[in-house]
Amino acid sequence: MRPADLLRFTLLALRRQRFRSLMQLLSVAIGVASVVVLVALGEGARRYVLGEFSFIGKDTVVMFPGRKSTTGGMPPVTGVAARDITLADMLTIQRTVAGIESIAPVVVGNAPVSHASLERDSTVIGTSADFFAVRKLRIAQGSMLPALALDIGTPVAVIGQKLKQELFGNRRAIGQWVRLRDYRFRVIGVLEGRGDSFGMDLSEAIFIPVASAQAVFNTNGLFRVVLKAREGVAVEPLKNELLARMKELHEGEEDVTVTSPDAMISTFDGVLRVLTLGVSGIAAISLVVAGILVMNLTLMSVSQRTPEIGLLKALGATDVQVRAIFLAEAGLLASAGALAGMLGGRVAIALLAALYPAVPFSSPLWALAAASALALATALLFAWLPAGKAARLEPVLALGRR
Amino acid sequence: MIELRALSRTFRLGDSEVHALREVNLGIGRGEYVSVMGPSGSGKSTLLNILGLLDRPDSGEYLLNGAPTAGLGEEARARLRREHVGFVFQSYHLVSRLTARENIELPLMLAGSPPRERQRTVGAVLERLGIADRAGHLPNQLSGGERQRVAIGRSIVMKPDLLLADEPTGNLDSRAGAEVTALLEELNRDGITLLVVTHDATLGRRAARHLSMLDGAISGDALAADTASAARAQSPDAAR
Repeated sequence: MRPADLLRFTLLALRRQRFRSLMQLLSVAIGVASVVVLVALGEGARRYVLGEFSFIGKDTVVMFPGRKSTTGGMPPVTGVAARDITLADMLTIQRTVAGIESIAPVVVGNAPVSHASLERDSTVIGTSADFFAVRKLRIAQGSMLPALALDIGTPVAVIGQKLKQELFGNRRAIGQWVRLRDYRFRVIGVLEGRGDSFGMDLSEAIFIPVASAQAVFNTNGLFRVVLKAREGVAVEPLKNELLARMKELHEGEEDVTVTSPDAMISTFDGVLRVLTLGVSGIAAISLVVAGILVMNLTLMSVSQRTPEIGLLKALGATDVQVRAIFLAEAGLLASAGALAGMLGGRVAIALLAALYPAVPFSSPLWALAAASALALATALLFAWLPAGKAARLEPVLALGRR
Repeated sequence: MIELRALSRTFRLGDSEVHALREVNLGIGRGEYVSVMGPSGSGKSTLLNILGLLDRPDSGEYLLNGAPTAGLGEEARARLRREHVGFVFQSYHLVSRLTARENIELPLMLAGSPPRERQRTVGAVLERLGIADRAGHLPNQLSGGERQRVAIGRSIVMKPDLLLADEPTGNLDSRAGAEVTALLEELNRDGITLLVVTHDATLGRRAARHLSMLDGAISGDALAADTASAARAQSPDAAR
């Protein structure tokens, strides 16, 4: 039997049992669509999270006081330090460690910020001009913190977009004074965009020179030192050198932690990948269920078309041909179902993307291919049994005596 | 062409055994016109099925064109059926979703012959049976006589040596029945071996050789040369 004839013969048979074919097609389509959509959700989530991390940049290294022996996890938010990292430490490192493009101190605290009668509790970040480069923050209006000597406190501040709205509304903020505890700062710049980073909402923060922050919070130590490696410099050796240098500065005591977002990103990436696979595996179960439906419907088709099978055998059809006819039926339906499922899945993804534009949903090609292949394989596998039953039918019994 | 030696076929119905065929010996030559008659349950249909390789005997030998068929596998039997045997059934057994032309084409399709050649062969068969104008119709748009013609067309499209007809006129009125009979006899005159199983005594008597069956055995085997040739001489006019 020629393939084209087999196809035509099968199509005619399917057209005759339209409702049943439609149900079977639908079951496969739903299975394929759910796999495609769930993979897209997982991929979307993964890319979203990675996108958040990429604000920091892969070549960023973070150093904070205190020792954490485990690696790869999130660093402790509050380091319990035996000894602070001071501005002097940082300046020594900047001078002596090669391969650093920019380095910035960070002092963090919470304090009420007020302008006129409006007051807001906000995150205060004491840092330097370099911080904006390391964290890839951009200024919407005005200018960044001035690049002055780090130990000089200047009464200037850059504020986040949200804080600007809350304190000044639509009025001009540049040049205005804000009060922070007992100090006053002149606003010289406003940050651009959301500024989400590491779960810290920088759009609600106020940035002041590090020396000023040390004065406001009355501290000597730094909360963090963030630095950016020069282009082409490997991060791992740099981290080791930083550790060694800090050990020297702290009289042989290894009491700082050096980490890079890279390690965290790969951890998150791995977790989210496994999650995506797991979820799509669950969706694949629906394909197996569709396979069982295919088996039932093929069984029905076989018993309904028993006289026809007898006739075909009387006309000289071999067992192989009879089996091929029923397998083709299941295969054709599964392929059509897979196609419909992919289309449906794509439509669903487009809808989701329209509803949640922030999440980059995507249906990778491997998911489409795997779902379709699985649908086809299960359909053929489950149709094999009933098709074999049809092939083994005794022609006399199948023909019946009417 | 056909030779049966001590052929037996037994069916099991619950606890009892039914001997559909008991030690049947039979020889049929090429081009013969044979009718098989007998009461229900006498084994006529079983004989037909075994001759058509649709069923296997329990014991005994069946030689088709001099070759034994006992040891053949399902594939080889399917090929013999396809190339040497044509079936005509009482209830036509047309595939209802296929047109008359496609039904006739079915054996050629199963044999895998190329479409162009198929078209030519089927066209010739349609012409010969006088149903060329009905080629595009589905079975349920055809009369009983036309359906049986399509079925006959399907049975001869592979040019078999042996045509097995099981009550070919059983579902037809007398006029359509006469037409179908005339058609079968015309095919026989062209050389095909024709074996008709029937209850209908008038149809049975037209054959050149009458087999009667009773309780699984052949109880009568008579040549009716005079009546048969007379009937055949008349048949074309009677049919039209």
